[in-house]
Formats: sequence, structure tokens, C-alpha cells
Amino acid sequence: MQARRLTTWLGALALIAASAAPAAADGEISGAGATFPYPIYAKWADAYKEKSGISMNYQSIGSGGGIKQITAKTVDFGASDMPLTADKLSKAGLVQFPAIMGGEVMAINLPGIAAGGITLDGQTIANIYLGKITSWDDPAIAKLNPGVKLPSLGIAVVHRSDGSGTTFIFTDYLCKVSPEWKEKVGEDTAVEWPVGLGGKGNEGVAALTNNTAGAIGYIEYAYALQNKLPYAKLVNKEGTALMPGSTSFQAAAANADWPKAPGFYLLLTDQPGKESWPITGASFILLHEVQDKPEIAKQVLDFFAWSYANGSKMAEELAYVPMPESVVKLVEASWSKIKDGGGKPVWTSR
Amino acid sequence: MDLALSVTKRSGLNSRQIQDAAFRTATRLFAFGVLILLGGVVVALAAGARPAFEKFGWYFLVSDAWNPVKDNFGALPAIYGTIVTSAIAMLVGIPLAFGIAVFLTELCEPHLRRPIGTLIELLAAIPSIIYGIWGLFVVAPVLQHTVQPALIQILGPLPIIGALFAGPPFGLGMLTAGVILGFMVLPFIASVTRDVFLTVPPMLRESAYGVGATTSEVIRHIVLPYTRVGVIGGIMLGLGRALGETMAVTFVIGNAHRIKASLLAPGTTISATLANEFTEAVSDMYTASLFALGFILFVITFIVLAAAKLMLLRLDQRAAK
Amino acid sequence: MTLYQRRRAGNVVALTLSWVATGIGLLILFLVLWTLLRNGLPALGSDLFTKPTPPPGGRGGIGNAIYGSVVMTAVATLVGTPVGVLTGTYLAEFGRGSRIAPVVRFVNDILLSAPSIIIGLFVYELMVVRMGHFSAWAGSVALAIIVVPVVVRTTEDMLMLVPGSLREAAIALGAPQWKVIVSVIYRAALQGMLTGVMLAVARIAGETAPLLFTAFNNQFWSTNMNGPMANLPYVIFQFALSPYADWQVLAWGGAMLITLAILMLNIVARLLTSWSNRTL
Repeated sequence: MQARRLTTWLGALALIAASAAPAAADGEISGAGATFPYPIYAKWADAYKEKSGISMNYQSIGSGGGIKQITAKTVDFGASDMPLTADKLSKAGLVQFPAIMGGEVMAINLPGIAAGGITLDGQTIANIYLGKITSWDDPAIAKLNPGVKLPSLGIAVVHRSDGSGTTFIFTDYLCKVSPEWKEKVGEDTAVEWPVGLGGKGNEGVAALTNNTAGAIGYIEYAYALQNKLPYAKLVNKEGTALMPGSTSFQAAAANADWPKAPGFYLLLTDQPGKESWPITGASFILLHEVQDKPEIAKQVLDFFAWSYANGSKMAEELAYVPMPESVVKLVEASWSKIKDGGGKPVWTSR
Repeated sequence: MDLALSVTKRSGLNSRQIQDAAFRTATRLFAFGVLILLGGVVVALAAGARPAFEKFGWYFLVSDAWNPVKDNFGALPAIYGTIVTSAIAMLVGIPLAFGIAVFLTELCEPHLRRPIGTLIELLAAIPSIIYGIWGLFVVAPVLQHTVQPALIQILGPLPIIGALFAGPPFGLGMLTAGVILGFMVLPFIASVTRDVFLTVPPMLRESAYGVGATTSEVIRHIVLPYTRVGVIGGIMLGLGRALGETMAVTFVIGNAHRIKASLLAPGTTISATLANEFTEAVSDMYTASLFALGFILFVITFIVLAAAKLMLLRLDQRAAK
Repeated sequence: MTLYQRRRAGNVVALTLSWVATGIGLLILFLVLWTLLRNGLPALGSDLFTKPTPPPGGRGGIGNAIYGSVVMTAVATLVGTPVGVLTGTYLAEFGRGSRIAPVVRFVNDILLSAPSIIIGLFVYELMVVRMGHFSAWAGSVALAIIVVPVVVRTTEDMLMLVPGSLREAAIALGAPQWKVIVSVIYRAALQGMLTGVMLAVARIAGETAPLLFTAFNNQFWSTNMNGPMANLPYVIFQFALSPYADWQVLAWGGAMLITLAILMLNIVARLLTSWSNRTL
């Protein structure tokens, strides 16, 4: 009687144990990090799986999470919109390369205002996020929007509650346009926000902005497009009020001098140029320089090589800016730095 | 049991003794395991939190900084949020739970008692994440568009209380989180209170009715004093749950590491902070600070739960007499 | 107003408030269920169970999350139940007079009500960091730690309910103590213990916090216990907070499934208890 019950327990446990496989299942690579590029990575992963059968499992938990998890080696690659300095890279034993570029927009939730219906500039946004401007009909906003009927609604500031590269790009921009912001708050993946609600991921900020009347939040452009959120025009460095989109993002990205950037560390905020979108940035992939799972690393790099070659159209559909051909060559050349335990590079270009 | 053992000893049936001893040892081992588990949790939390406590010391408990850029962290906003949301939860949950317990013990039709009691207990079975999304999508908009503007209009202008109800109506924030928490703990408190009310000897109640007391007077003067300890125990059980609740709060609290006077402002609690930031804490000090928050939460809930348990134990002992 | 009238009025007010309170309690239950059904039913369809979680803007289901939750719940129950039963047995059968028993009972009750996110932190330190990656094993262990106190409590309570005469009769027949416990007492308390297990399952099926840093999540079908695995609570968490309409529909579908399953388990457990009470 007891023996029978015992064997049933053991049998059940054995059955479950049988489904256990070695840590890397065949044909699966895992990454985690930035929510900024998540819509395009997810699209690439789907297409790549159809073509090669390999599942690229990406969890968008924020750039902070991506950096942490790749450092802890709990995922195969990390993704971060905040590039690590050459110093931090060598300390953590990581290499980084840019995968995609895109722009951030200020999503707005105001009754009667459509996309591009309102114009803001860097200084004003900084003051809103500092808590100095609290109502939509504030004179500073009215000055930028002659003729627009601004409601006397309280501004519900929305920011990120998690560690975010999108935040880094946004705060980097604010530091460049507002000395007060630079002094009081600074730039990082997570800062001490003076005011506002926190949302988790680009998704959370988009959802909160969508649900709260009078809200303003910074999100990657694809999120505004996919969720039909109205956004503001921004005044750039040259003084032009611009609509976000591929044109303005590409104009900003054209200024990027990738060959000169050590470890590909490059920031694209507040770029010169009449058409340049002020809050543009690249999103980076992080991998360990010395791989104890060289097969997996090769599969990761294969995925990105494929995405560079075949993913541009998908990227442009979501208004991301794919890496230009010349940069792709530089990046793939840099992959020779990723070696296995014996010093042999894990990836060779075919 | 001892008789059985001495019988088997005399007949020299050693294998049976061994089997019994083995079984007894096995059960004792697992019982110890439970103790070790709790010890392990405390040790793991303390070990993870040590760097933060070493760096900040006691100041950690009163600092309201939360600056990942400068690696400067303080627990005060999270502790404040935990306490305030739990307090609101108690204010919402206790009267409701109380009313339900009174209804179930005094007012309800006898054959409806079981079904309605079961329905209330089902409230406790609903997972907290469901309360979270229900709160976010159903309760928050209602609060944002009707209740909160009303509160701001009516109570806002008042001198001191006004500060509690200032600010734009986000719909999310301490008040919403507290209300949802209140709904969550209400079934626990109601169940315990109802069970405890049922322990009052019928003789006592009948005597009170006999001298002409109304139902509410019986409750106030007979039932409550008799069950005082148990009721408080039940309340503290509910409080313990409210303090540690994660998912229901994360959805609706607004995730802001700030202490504001207004209840309508967004805030954070210890568990919401952990849920949101743990997988992303990049620097070691950040992770250690989060562990420190976890440790503090554990200490707070431990104290509350231990107190509740002791109170309920005393009630058991008294009932046994 | 005379004193009598005031007392009468006070009574009416108090009792009306009790009615109102109960009404509110029941209203909350119905509102929650109504919201779940209204938003979750549109998600029902074979796709919900057979397709994995889609990328934003895609169509799909939550099959991988359902699978993950079922597997991790099953493993956690299989691991936690024996531990809980044996500990409960110790407390009920061998604990009388022992000094450890009250301590174990106390500690068990603390664990029972401890915040589950703390358990998640503990298992993260213990397993995820040591193993170097998230895994369904870690998730199952975290859930098992939540199962144990529930099963300990119900096992002890049920075993204590078994009449002493049953024990004495078995011993009088010459059975060794362990056989008495396993063959006679367990069988007598079986329904109650089963109820306890069902309540434990219902409890862990809805737990999110312990899985956040242990099993993590996985957007594809995965049967690999040694890697991150999708689970319903995490997927609901992620999808509900997103701005994508199809994701939100799936989140509601998942929420409805979990809640219905848990409520069903609870009701069955209750029916079992009342049935066993009647037959005992």
C-alpha cells in the first residue's frame, strides 16, 4: 500500500525531471533589457524563428535589468539604451555594439489635442519634470503654442519606475538643455524624480499616459505609433519645431561618428542640424568578451547579423533607424573580440 | 503509545522499533527543516542587506533619498507608503469586516449563513494580482473621475485635512492602493471575527437579550468585550497581510519614491519597490538596499504576526477553560 | 426622544450598516467576477491554450504560460506536500510534550503569512545566483516554500481530529506506530489532508511575487525546467500593464482562467470538507 503510493510520488517526480534539459535548450537564446527596442526585437525574433527555427527569447525589463542580468550571466545577452563607458565595459568584461536607433517622443493626453497639436521645447520639458510648471495653461507653454486652446488641467508627469535606458537618453537630453536639471537631478537609467508617477517599461509609461487625463510621458516613438498616442512637436537645437518620424530621426543619426567612438559609446541627443530630432538614441547589445558558452554566443551574433542584413524594412515600418551599412561592417569586425576560453573568436563572417 | 513500545520491546521485535524510530526521526527532521527555512530566510536577507546597513547605518531608516545615480538610498518613502496604505486598508477593511461578522452571526437567516460566509471567504481566495488589475482598470478610473475630484473639492479647502486631499486626481496613488488593500484583507478579518464571535457562550447572549438589550447593545457590551483579544488578533492578521502585499499595490500605487502629505499622491511601498526594481538594480549598493528593504519588511511583518499569534493563542487558552 | 427610542434607533442604524457592509462585500466579489468574465470571455478560444505569447501587436495565446504555471504548481505541490505532511505528522503525533513543537508551530504560522516576495528574494539568492540563470526549478522551489506551511497547518489540524479510539484500536492489534499513522490515521484524515493540499494549490496558483525573480518569463514554448519559464501571473502582470489591446485581452483571459480555477478548487475543497464531516 505504502510502496504503491511511494512509487506514484517518485514516478511523478521522475516524469517532471525527465523534461529537464541542459541549461541551454537547443535552438534557444535568451536576452533581456531595454524596452526601447523591444517592438523591433520582437518582430525580428519572430521572423528569425520562422527562417531558422531558433527562438530568441527577449524579456523587456529595462536597460538597468539588461545590464544587471548580463553581468550576472543569467541571460545570453543584455540590451541597454545607455551605452557603457569603455571603463565600465572593461571592468565587467563586456563588449557592446549598437543594434538599432530610434527616437523618443513626449506623449500627451490632452482632450482635443491630436498628434503634433502642441509644441514644447527642452527648457519647458525640464521645468515640467522639475515640477516648476504644473498646469497646462502655464504661460511658458502658451508662449510656444500661440493660438492653441490650452486647458487649465494639472500636468500629470509620468516617468519610468524601473532602470531604463530610455530614461538615460531622456535625462541626457534634459541635462544638455537645462543646467538646473543637470545640477539637481542628473542623468542615469534611474534618477531621483522630483515629481510624477512611475510606470514600468515604455509599456507602462504609455499605458499610464493613455489612462490619465493631463498626462505627459517620454516614450520611444514606436510605442506612440502602436498605441495611437498623441505626441508633441519639439523645438530642436536650431530652433525648428519638428514632428518626430523617420526623417527627423535619420537626420539626427546622420551626425553620428561611429568610427571615432571607443567601444561604440555614442549619444545622439540634441544633435545639430535643422531637421534633427532632439531626443534620438541608439540601443546597444552587451555580450561577455570571454564566452564560456561559445556556441550560444555564436547563435546570438548570427541572429544580429541576420537582423542587420534582413531586418531594415521591418525596422523602418516602426520608424526605427537601422544601422547604416558602414557601421554594420565596423560592428561585425568588432565581434572578433568575443572569444571562447581558448582565445578563438566565436563568430566569423561568412 | 509508550505501552505499545514497551510491549514490542519485550517481544524483541527490533525491526519494528527501528522502523518507528526512523519514521519519528524523519518527521522530526522535517519539522526542524521548517525552523531552518525561516532561519535561512532571515540569514539570506540579512546577508544581502549588510552592505547597505554598513554604508548607511540607522540613517537608512529615516533617509528619504532614492538616488541610483549617486548610490544614495533611504527606506523612508517605502516604509511610509507601507504604513500609510496599510492604515487606510485597516480603516476601510475593519468596519466592513466587522459589519459582515455581525451580519453573519446575528442578522442572517440560519440557512443562508453558510453560503454567504463561503462567498465572503471566496474573496480571500482571489489572487492578489487580480485585485491589482481590477483596481487599475475598474477602481482607479472611478476614483479618478468621480471620487477624487469630489474629495478635492469638498475636503481640499479645509485647513488641516485639506492637505491630505490636495493635488491632481491621478486615480492612482496611496488612497487607491489603500482601498484595494482594504478590500483584500476584509475577508480575513471578517472570517476570524465571525469565528471568534461564535465562541461566545449562548448563555451570555441570551441573558443579555433577556434583560431587554437590543442586538447592537449585545454586540457592543457582551460579544466584543468577550472576544476582544481574538478580534484584535484577527485585525493584526489582516494588518500583517496588508503590510506584505505586493501585486495588488504595485498596479495602483504610482511608483514614486516620494513622501507627500496628500493621500492622492503616488507613492511606493516596500514590496512594490522590490517588485519593480529588483531585477534591474545595477549597482551592488542598489541591490543591497533592496535586500535591506526586504529585511525591514520581514521584521515589521514578523512583529505584527507574532503579536497576532500570541493574542489568538490567549483566546484559545481562555476558550479551553 | 426617550431613551428607549434612542436605543431602538441606534440599533436600527447599526444593523443597517451591517447589512450594507455585507452588501458591499458581496458586491466586490460580484464586481470582480463580472469584470473578469466580461473582459476575459472574448479571449476564450482554442488559440488561448494552443498558441504561445505573441510579440506586441501579434495574435497568439497564453499556452506556454498555462503550461508553465501547471508544471511549476505541480512540482511545488509534489515537493512541498510530503514535507508539509511529515512536519504536520510530527506536530500532531510526536509533538505532545515536546518543547520544539510549539516553536515549530509558531514559526510555521509566521511562514504562512510572510510576504511571498521575501520568499522570492530568498530563492533568488539561494538558487538563481548560484545556478547563474533563472529557472522553473527555482520558481517551483519558491512555490513549494509557500505550500509547506499551508499543508503543515491543515495536516496537523486534521490529524488531531482523528479520534484517539482509532489509534488505540490499531495499536492494540500490535501494529508498529508508523504503520498506525500511515495506514490508519492518514486514511481517516485523508479527505481533510486532501483539502489542505487543494487549498495550497489554490494559493500558489495565483502567486506572482515569488516567480518574479526565480522563474522569470519566456515568450516561447519551453519545457526546459532549467531555464526561464512562462507563467500565468507574470504574463498577466506584463500584458495588463502594457498599452497593447491584444495583450490586454490575453491578460484578462489569463486572469479569468486563474480565478475560475482557484475558485473551483476552493469550492471543491469546501464541499469535500463538509462531506467528510458528515460521514465521520
